[in-house]
Amino acid sequence: MTTHNALYKYLLFLGDNGLIQGHRLSELCSNGPILEEDLAMTNLALDHIGRAQAFLKYAGEVEGKGRTEDDLAYKRGEREFYNNLIAELPNGDFACTMARMLIVSSFEYLLFTALCTSKNATIAAIAAKAVKEAKYHFMHSRDWCYRLGKGTEESHRRLQNGFNEFWMFTGELFEMDADFAALANDGIGADLTVLKPQWLTLVQPILADSNIAIPNVDYMQTGSRNGIHTEYLGHILSEMQYLQRAYPDAKW
Amino acid sequence: MDTQLDLWEVFIQKKDGSEHAHAGSVHASDSKMALQNARDIYTRRNEGTSIWVVPSNYITASNPEDAQMLFDPSTEKVYRHPTFYVVPAGAKQI
Repeated sequence: MTTHNALYKYLLFLGDNGLIQGHRLSELCSNGPILEEDLAMTNLALDHIGRAQAFLKYAGEVEGKGRTEDDLAYKRGEREFYNNLIAELPNGDFACTMARMLIVSSFEYLLFTALCTSKNATIAAIAAKAVKEAKYHFMHSRDWCYRLGKGTEESHRRLQNGFNEFWMFTGELFEMDADFAALANDGIGADLTVLKPQWLTLVQPILADSNIAIPNVDYMQTGSRNGIHTEYLGHILSEMQYLQRAYPDAKW
Repeated sequence: MDTQLDLWEVFIQKKDGSEHAHAGSVHASDSKMALQNARDIYTRRNEGTSIWVVPSNYITASNPEDAQMLFDPSTEKVYRHPTFYVVPAGAKQI
């Protein structure tokens, strides 16, 4: 049976993935390779932030302690964040950014497709909006993988390097714990173990068509389901939460 | 010199049935990228239902020096304007 706390944590997982991935993409504002791509990536960042706002608002309601989405975003510590590790890793170069976007957006496309039929009406409604965004992010990054993978020797090397960097973080995307299993069992959450073969079916042909070899990794990184993160999350939070930490409850 | 990929002209249709109007231009290396860039630049505020992109070098423009020759002869032909018709109430697209 789904506990209250399990639902709250699940909403943090969904919200934090959006918030942290959105924050990473927002760092590319004014740093895009061309003006058009700069605008595209900040657009995609806003999609993630909007999604985070919706999930964290609902998380605050479920928690029932009067916390708003802003409280949850700006006043939680690192160990209370449940985003997948891959979301918090640095952007790297443009090819790395696109490699990660392909991995994450294809996963999110499948996740939100599954959540569209969640028995929880609020999760289903947010997922219905998010699935359209994820589909576009997937298309955008997929086309860039084709271009970079089949482009020059350098663009191919950089893209392959991106997938090499991020592949050890793909195992965690599909990890289930007891709470996730209970939510999936009750038709509220998604069964991520079912998504894994679907995800490979989606991603493998794109990598093959981009002349990218699937990296051989012996060890998959893990930790975020228990709030254990890489060293990068703390640095994101110190920047993202600076204002609320320095001037608590500041308004303008 | 422009080093940011090829130039494409963007046409946006605001709603079903209306015309595709010129919105501006984007840089892109292929038509798919041009469509995506146009989407991200010109339809972010719910402006469109359809996008066309055309390589800018496929557009042939009239020469500004020919403007007098091309356009002045029509300025005094008021009889070409259908000003003697009553526009039916409710016909918003005319």
